[in-house]
Amino acid sequence: MAQTVFAPWTDPDQKPIIEFRNVTKTFGEFTAIHDLSLNIYEREFFALLGPSGCGKTTMMRMLAGFETISSGHIFLSGQDIGAIPPNKRPVNMMFQSYALFPHLSVWENIAFGLKRESRDRDQIAARVEEMLRLTRLTKFAKRKPHQISGGQRQRVALARSLAKAPKLLLLDEPLGALDRKLREETQFELMDIQEKTGTTFVIVTHDQEEAMTVASRIAVMDEGHLVQVATPAEIYEAPNSVYVADFIGDVNILQGRATPQGDGVSIDWAEGQPPIRAATDTTFSPGQACHFAVRPEKVTIDVERPDRPNTFRGKVIDIAYLGNISTYHVELAGGHRMKAQMVNARRLANRQITWEDEVWVGFTDTAGVVLEE
Amino acid sequence: MRRFSWFNTTSLTLGFAFLYLPMILLVVYSFNESRLVTVWAGFSTKWYGELLRDQAFLDAAWVTVKVAVFSSTLATVLGTMAAYVLVRAGRFSGRTLFSGMIYAPLVMPEVITGLSLLLLFIGLNIDRGVFTIVLAHTTFAMCYVSVVVSSRLTSFDRSLEEAALDLGCSAFEAFRLVTLPIIAPAVISGWLLAFTLSLDDLVIASFTTGPSATTLPIKIFSAVRLGVSPQINALSTLMIAVVTVGVVAASIITKRAAVSQARDEQAAIRAE
Repeated sequence: MAQTVFAPWTDPDQKPIIEFRNVTKTFGEFTAIHDLSLNIYEREFFALLGPSGCGKTTMMRMLAGFETISSGHIFLSGQDIGAIPPNKRPVNMMFQSYALFPHLSVWENIAFGLKRESRDRDQIAARVEEMLRLTRLTKFAKRKPHQISGGQRQRVALARSLAKAPKLLLLDEPLGALDRKLREETQFELMDIQEKTGTTFVIVTHDQEEAMTVASRIAVMDEGHLVQVATPAEIYEAPNSVYVADFIGDVNILQGRATPQGDGVSIDWAEGQPPIRAATDTTFSPGQACHFAVRPEKVTIDVERPDRPNTFRGKVIDIAYLGNISTYHVELAGGHRMKAQMVNARRLANRQITWEDEVWVGFTDTAGVVLEE
Repeated sequence: MRRFSWFNTTSLTLGFAFLYLPMILLVVYSFNESRLVTVWAGFSTKWYGELLRDQAFLDAAWVTVKVAVFSSTLATVLGTMAAYVLVRAGRFSGRTLFSGMIYAPLVMPEVITGLSLLLLFIGLNIDRGVFTIVLAHTTFAMCYVSVVVSSRLTSFDRSLEEAALDLGCSAFEAFRLVTLPIIAPAVISGWLLAFTLSLDDLVIASFTTGPSATTLPIKIFSAVRLGVSPQINALSTLMIAVVTVGVVAASIITKRAAVSQARDEQAAIRAE
């Protein structure tokens, strides 16, 4: 069965549902968003990812209408929404604190938005029942928010924000208050609900794992700029900068000078070490400063010298055992350290490599990415 | 249980005696048979009966209640609005001055407040009576309401209002449907405070009153100048009773709400 891949951003004929056009936001002297342009497409699950203070929440609040735009425009389905107050926008938001109305029952919380736009009681009741079923809350309809658990509150907040069938749903750190196990379950539930309702979701998060799990595309932000906007796989495999490589997942970053060689570069990175051979599409001038980033799971560790384009000798100084995998910290000659990750296919007692062992670390020429300074 | 040392017991006894002995004396003498206040002549409730037949006292009581209800209601509306603006409007120029001016009447000597109001009413040529007392009580009671309500609003989660706006409410609807129901306990206690303040105010009322409106405190004060009568004791005892019943009822209601909420939360935890 052929399945078309969902990637509207690659299709130049697709009209974005949201368009940020040269948006700048300042708070007094402080500039939170710098001249930022971004397109988000219908049915996307779009993640704004970054450390706290990077401007991701400001972006979301501008979409909801709680912050004005200092300069530039935001278009929703082609309409400039800059001057439209929050209560007139076809956008709903799920708040980080959930912001459930404590004096209303679960049923009344979900019906709140519907009652503002329609007087037809039967219609409201039918919609609320539908939302209760979707979020598996039917049993709790009569309870007050303080009488249900954290996970249930999270679902009430979701049901309430989805009840009006918004064109766009904003989620502000929606799973931050849940414990790890519940959070993982809820991530899949969110994806499921997003697919069922066909709503465009924009999620703000600082948790890179969460963004990787749920999002169709991720925008990595830093100090009011978009650093990279791409699919989770691209962000992970082909980060466009040291910042992104370092922010997402675990990584070895080596500094050196590139020399073009064949269809890639050879990087001189440390005294007494052979240069790194790496394939890259970027053209470097001879001797140009660069960074080489390689993920620990793409680095192998062996007792015998492996047959790979890049191999380095070193000594194991630390092993982090995580059950399914182990991360080896290897000190190379000259004091450089490299992390290598191995799946623990054998039981711990049969492990070949241990502390202080002389080993070889190695990786292929396509394992890492070469980044310009 | 820990036993109190003799020092603690003594200071506790003296402290409570200091606070309540005068009131106990007053209550006891209100049941005195004798017309002479300080001579005990046996138990009787006849002064209460006489009080209820005294039209002047009944009129004064009616005026007092009217003034207290109107002024506390008006003060609650104005005080809540002022508190809302102060807490919500963020930083606007003159905010400090404005909030300072709201709270200044709290520390202003009552005599000065009363005198300035009197001058204003004379200047504006307003006939003094129930209306002017209501205005006067509103002005000073709204500061108290504003203090009570703004302390509640400071801890109020702003995102609740944003959620209401997000779901389609206008700013006023958000206040009416979300903010007001949640801060209602603070607004009610602000109203009760304003009501009590108005009920026992003598100074400002006597400055702003006219011949047509005599409140109970004014009545008691002027009656006492002619000598303390057992009738006044009976009246005071009734006022103490009303205040005590109100305070106890309010605290029981608050406590019950807290207990039932705690129980509901416990139930929710078990259900998980």
